[in-house]
Amino acid sequence: MQDKNTIAEFNAATLDLVNQIIKRYPQGRQKSALLPVLHIAQAENNGWLSADTMDYVASLLGIQPIEVYEVASFYSMFNLQPVGNCVIEVCQTGPCWLNGAEQLLAHFEKRLGIKPGETTPDGKFTLKTVECLAACGNAPVIQVGTEYHEKLTTLKADELLDKWTAENKNSHTNPYL
Amino acid sequence: MPLLKVTIDNIEVEVEAGTTILNAARQIGGSVVPPAMCYYSKLEGSGGKCRTCLVKVAQGSAKDPRPMPKLVASCRTLVQDGMVVQNTTSPEVMEARGAITEFLLLNHPLDCPVCDQAGECHLQDLSYEHGLEETRTVEERRTFEPIDIGDKIKLHMTRCILCYRCVMVADQLTDQRVHGVLGRGDHCEISTHIVKAVDNDFSGNMIDVCPVGALTDQTFRFKSRVWFTKPFDAHRECSKCSGKTVLWMKGDEILRVTGRKDKYGELEEFICNSCRFEHKELNDWTVTGPRVIERHSVISQNHYETTAFSKLKKG
Amino acid sequence: MAKQILLKNIEVPGLAGFDVYRRLGGYSAVEKALKGYTPDQVTDEVKKSGLKGRGGAGFPAGMKWSFIDKKSDNPRYFVCNFDESEPGTFKDRHIGQLNPHQLIEGMILGSYALGANAAYIYIRGELFYVLNIIEKAINEAYKNGFLGENILGSGYSLNLYCHPGAGAYICGEETALLESLEGKRGNPRIKPPFPAIVGLYGCPTVVNNVETIAALPWIVNNGGEAYAAIGTGASTGTKLISACGHINKPGIYEIELGLPVEEFIYSDEYCGGIRNGNSLKAVVAGGSSVPILPADLILKTAKGEPRLMSYESLAEGGFQTGTMLGSGGFIVMDHTTCIVKNLLTFARFYRHESCGQCSPCREGTGWMEKILMRIEGGQGTMKDINLLTDIAKNIEGNTICPLGDAAAWPVASAIRHFREEFEEHVKLQKCPF
Repeated sequence: MQDKNTIAEFNAATLDLVNQIIKRYPQGRQKSALLPVLHIAQAENNGWLSADTMDYVASLLGIQPIEVYEVASFYSMFNLQPVGNCVIEVCQTGPCWLNGAEQLLAHFEKRLGIKPGETTPDGKFTLKTVECLAACGNAPVIQVGTEYHEKLTTLKADELLDKWTAENKNSHTNPYL
Repeated sequence: MPLLKVTIDNIEVEVEAGTTILNAARQIGGSVVPPAMCYYSKLEGSGGKCRTCLVKVAQGSAKDPRPMPKLVASCRTLVQDGMVVQNTTSPEVMEARGAITEFLLLNHPLDCPVCDQAGECHLQDLSYEHGLEETRTVEERRTFEPIDIGDKIKLHMTRCILCYRCVMVADQLTDQRVHGVLGRGDHCEISTHIVKAVDNDFSGNMIDVCPVGALTDQTFRFKSRVWFTKPFDAHRECSKCSGKTVLWMKGDEILRVTGRKDKYGELEEFICNSCRFEHKELNDWTVTGPRVIERHSVISQNHYETTAFSKLKKG
Repeated sequence: MAKQILLKNIEVPGLAGFDVYRRLGGYSAVEKALKGYTPDQVTDEVKKSGLKGRGGAGFPAGMKWSFIDKKSDNPRYFVCNFDESEPGTFKDRHIGQLNPHQLIEGMILGSYALGANAAYIYIRGELFYVLNIIEKAINEAYKNGFLGENILGSGYSLNLYCHPGAGAYICGEETALLESLEGKRGNPRIKPPFPAIVGLYGCPTVVNNVETIAALPWIVNNGGEAYAAIGTGASTGTKLISACGHINKPGIYEIELGLPVEEFIYSDEYCGGIRNGNSLKAVVAGGSSVPILPADLILKTAKGEPRLMSYESLAEGGFQTGTMLGSGGFIVMDHTTCIVKNLLTFARFYRHESCGQCSPCREGTGWMEKILMRIEGGQGTMKDINLLTDIAKNIEGNTICPLGDAAAWPVASAIRHFREEFEEHVKLQKCPF
């Protein structure tokens, strides 16, 4: 498995954004910027956080690498293993389950030929199950990058998959832009 | 500052303001002292996590006599003047302690026969006193492969109860912490994430603060059951620490060096890795006498009088 | 018709923009407060309003504010809890997405009352697109002089920032939220001390839910007494109920507290009845954490009185026959629902979201999930059902934070009210649905 990232450091524009974010917190409290900066780092590094990426973030914020590992491994939005270009996250908690999330997930599994947690061999899609996305009134719900797709049916799922396949969808975009 | 009066299991004691219920109980001593698996008086911020020291506050204070609605962690709850606490006298507390013991053992491998900590393990003591006679779980246990964190410390994550003490040792005693708690919930683990040696003059204290066999001394690994070794107080000139240790001997051989622990299993002083790992010759030490282990542990079953103590004293 | 305090203008196009919000009377409460009220007077109005925290715990907001340590030399902080992730709850997103200025106006009022010059909106990371909407609105508020230095010439200054989470329900617990805001793992703190004394960066802090904060402009404009006149007396004002599950009209409804549950479920103004003409089986009335109630007990109390949508009526009968209003996440299940399977999804949720810090929750949540998986999968035993009740009891009250209780209550209540359904799974050795 690859351990090196294609992008080792942020470009000037991203660094500018990071510095703006750090300024939102009192002096000496730059560790507060860790979650926002990890979001950006993950988006800019193909949707996952390698040890190198986390070490880089640690150096940016002047903290120990272990402090970044501890945090990154706690929050479910951070991927510590490589993922596909487009990560499809299917909500499976109560209200979505009541409205057919299980059938929807099975449909994604069938269409993509993978189980949750897996990536298609061509590297285009990763399928994940997630817990409550807080859009229960429009269940079932999936998340792709910063987009929510609600009131999903298998028919709509097919349309989305076709579209994403055709446009080579990449869900790893800087969430602040 | 006037002293505060607190009653624990019908025994009254006067303590300074800012004292926790647990430490007030320790001032009384004996059976009123709640067990503590994560609290460690010498580590700032420790405690509150394992929940084995939960007690009932039957009266909040003289001023406000209302009871506290839930059981509280005695290691993190401060005494108020006129507080009335129930530990062993409360069936509710004893029931909760049994429940906590069951939770702590749920994913524990129970591999005491091959664990170096056996005999001085606080989880063993806890289970002996509060555990159920049979296990109620049929589920598969969580497992991890043992790993070396450096050449001196072995990590058996399967045995860990996530007390965070070793993380606090690294935070508060060493200049750079490289290990921590990773993951979330029942996937939490003590780890370095990327294989990294925990290497620092005081890292060995992680072994001594570990209440279970999760962190053990590689230099002592499988050498002997602790109850077959005999502990002796010893000291040496050391530039890094006080040099005051306990030598764990079998015959004339030093099998292990640890810090000196009090009756609650806490180190009196932290010792350096040089004393702990690098001085295993009798000539390195001045032996002052047998170490009396006050705990009810099997170690204290040892017969000191059979040891030729005079032989160990340096000329 | 329900009082429209929170959702009055929600359907007006362009409401998320400053101009439309302002044209509809927005920021008048800030003008009124900063020009005419001392901070303590704002707090007094909130106390008079009887407004309870809308995140789930229902603690009186004014009282929470009055605990803040004003003697401390440290700066004070006001923090908005926008970590909405309790299954069944999706009301805060509605406000953030469609009416961000109402939230910002509330943040200014709360910060002014507490004497905070910096405030943060902690929003769950999944809702980044809402964060961006709010940030845009914050920039507009700065441009129009409602944020920044010397607001409206009053001498009062406030900086307001958004902060994203990254996928952790536990960060909805206020001290876990503060840890997370400090860039740490979302481990709840051991209390006391409470945030009002030792909060963000060790400074006095108040954390309030989005809906609580969004009610502040109306309270300041109309007075606390006017707010208290709405509702049942014990439960004042209006509440957003997010209704979902097997109903004809899932969505977010603003109700006057005290509305009969039956009317809420069956009237066309609200949920519009059960889908496909099915019959009602059970309701989880206040987000996944609160006890589930069977149809008869959600419509009427054990005494036979109509059950109302209010803090006290839903709690009538205690946990034996009652439940809680909680966050207002109203999950409706029709007769086709397997209670065991629904509970299993909740148990999985709590196991997934447990921070792992204290032993009863870390170990107990996973244990309950495994047992429920076996029962649902047809491998359960009668003993397992009692064991589940026992584990739930052993977690409850023994944890650092309320997540343990939140995981235990659904299990205990499902077995309390639907025990025969668990037993059927065991007898048939499969799910009967």
